[in-house]
Amino acid sequence: MNTDHHVWVYGNNVNTDVIFAGKYTYTLRTEAEIQSVALEDLDPNFASQVQAGDVIVADHNWGNGSSREQAVTCLRYSGINMIIASSFSGLYFRNCINQGIRPVIIEDLYQHLSTGDTITINHDAQTIIANGVAYPIPEFSPSVEAILYAGGLVPMLQERFNTE
Amino acid sequence: MSGLTFAEKALARASGNESVRAGDVVDVRPDVMFSHDNTAYIRKIFLETGAKRILHPERVAITLDHAVPAPTTRHAQNHAEIRQWVREQNITHFFEVGRGICHQVLSEEAIVLSGEVIFGSDSHSTHFGWLGAFGMGVGRTEMASLWATGELWLRVPETMKITLTGHLQSGVTAKDIALYILRTWGSGGGQYRAIEFAGDAIATLSLDERAVLTNSMAEFGAMSAYMPPDEQVFDYLESNRTRDYTPLYPDADAIYSQEEVIDISALQAQIACPHSPDNVLDVTEVIGRKVHQAFIGTCTNGRYEDIAIVAQVVRGQQVQIPLLVIPASSQVLLQATRDGHIATLLEAGVTIGTPGCGPCMGNHMGVPAPNDVAITTMNRNFRGRMGTGDAEIYLANPYVVAMSALAGEIVAYDEAVMVGD
Repeated sequence: MNTDHHVWVYGNNVNTDVIFAGKYTYTLRTEAEIQSVALEDLDPNFASQVQAGDVIVADHNWGNGSSREQAVTCLRYSGINMIIASSFSGLYFRNCINQGIRPVIIEDLYQHLSTGDTITINHDAQTIIANGVAYPIPEFSPSVEAILYAGGLVPMLQERFNTE
Repeated sequence: MSGLTFAEKALARASGNESVRAGDVVDVRPDVMFSHDNTAYIRKIFLETGAKRILHPERVAITLDHAVPAPTTRHAQNHAEIRQWVREQNITHFFEVGRGICHQVLSEEAIVLSGEVIFGSDSHSTHFGWLGAFGMGVGRTEMASLWATGELWLRVPETMKITLTGHLQSGVTAKDIALYILRTWGSGGGQYRAIEFAGDAIATLSLDERAVLTNSMAEFGAMSAYMPPDEQVFDYLESNRTRDYTPLYPDADAIYSQEEVIDISALQAQIACPHSPDNVLDVTEVIGRKVHQAFIGTCTNGRYEDIAIVAQVVRGQQVQIPLLVIPASSQVLLQATRDGHIATLLEAGVTIGTPGCGPCMGNHMGVPAPNDVAITTMNRNFRGRMGTGDAEIYLANPYVVAMSALAGEIVAYDEAVMVGD
C-alpha cells in the first residue's frame, strides 16, 4: 500500500524552544492548546495549516535542547506521525518513539524537497519515495516497533496489561 | 573487526546480545532501577498502564532524599504514599528519610556493581560510572515501563574518550576537572554520548573524586559516564555486595567519536558563574565578588572528603556568612563525626543539615533570598535552581567555597590557610 504525504521542510539545529516554547510548558494543558502553538517561532503557518499525516523533513540535530515532551506531543496533536531528519538530538529521538512518532534518519533529504511537496510511503517495501528516489525506512528492534505500532509507550503497555 | 567501547560491552551484556555497536537499538534489562521522591508520580503512570505488579521488585531501589525531612504536609503525604507502595510491591531496597542521596546510598550499599547497568529517574545517574557501571537517567514514563516490563529500548551511544594525565595541584580538585570539561566543550559537548575516562591520572584520584567527575557528566549532556574500576573500587564494594560480578573494560582499539586529553597538572581552580554550569572562569577572575551564603553538599560534592576539606579550612576560625554543610549520606555524616570534623565545623559556626539533596532543587533547607549570591559545590546554577530566579549561584570546589565563607567574598585558594593543619 502506498500513501501520499505533504511535507514541511526545515533546516539545521531546530531547537525545542522554537518547536514548543518554554513559556508554555506549565500553562497550556489541552491537546488543542498545545497544538495551536506548535512551531510558533519557526513557522507561523504550521499550526493552522498542518494536515493529519503530514511529514516534517529537516537537517541535522532536530529537537536539540530541552527534554520537554510537549515538543513532540504538539506535533503528534498536529497529526504528524513521522519526522525525517539528517540527525536528531538524542533526547528528542527517544521522546518521539515513546510518544508514537517515527523518527527517520535520511541525510540531506531536506535539500531535495520544499514545503508543500508530496512524498510517498510504500508501506509494503518500507520505503519513502521522494522525487522518484526510494529511501529505506530503517527498522527498529521489535519492542521499539511495538511502541510505534501502539502509538506510544503508555498505550502499548495499556494494550499489554489490559488484555492479560 | 575493531574493538568495543565500555558502553557497547555493557549494553550487549544487559540486552543478551553477543555484540552490539553504537547506533544499534537494543532492549536493555538493567540490573538495578531506582527512583526517589518522584516514585509516587511514577506509580500513577504505572497504574495507568494497567500493570498490577512490578516485574522485578528485587531490582528496584527507592530512596527518600529530595525533600527530607518533609518540609510540608504535601511532601509528607508524598513520602507516605511511597512507603505504602514499597510495602505493597515488596520492593527490596528502600532507604528512609535521612539515609542520604540515592547515588551515594546505592554506591555505599553496593546495590549496583562494576560491569552492571543501572537506570534511575534522576539525571545524575551518570554517577555510577565511578565504579565501572553503566548508569543512565530515564524519564518517569520510562521508569513506569521499566517497573512493568523490566526492560527499556536504547540506542547504543557513541563514546567520547577523555584521557586524564598528570596529578592535581593542591587546592585543585575533581570539581575543577569537571568544570574545565564544561568550559572547554560546552554543556552540550557530551549530548547523547557516553563518556569514557582513561589515563594514569585516574589512579591518583580518590573514589570520592572519581564520583564527582562521572556525576558531573550529567551537566555535559552525557547519557552515561565511565571510569575503569581498579582494586580500590573492588575493595569498596566487597563488604556489602550480595552477588558476583565481572568488571568490563573497553578494548584498546575501540572506536570513539572524539578523543581528548587533559593534563590535570596544569589545571587551576575553576568557577561556574551565573546562570550556566559551562559559564566557567578561573577563580582568580572573580575574586572579591560578595557572597551571602555558602553550601557544601549534593550528590556531586557532599562526600566525606568534601567535609574534611571544609573542616581543614575553617578550623579555629569563624564563618562570616551562613555556611551550610549537608552530608550526602548518614554514613558520610557518621564518619565525619567520628573523625571530629563535625565538631570542628560547629565550632566555626557552620550549620549541619540532614543527609539529602538539601536546597539543590530550591525545595527547602537553605534556599537564597532574591538578590542573594550563593557559592556552592552543587551541580547546577541555572537561573532559579535554588528557588528564586533573582539569586545568583556560583559553583566551585570545596576549598574555594569554604574559604569564601570565611571571607564573605569569593577568594582564591590560599595555601597559607592550610598551614599548621
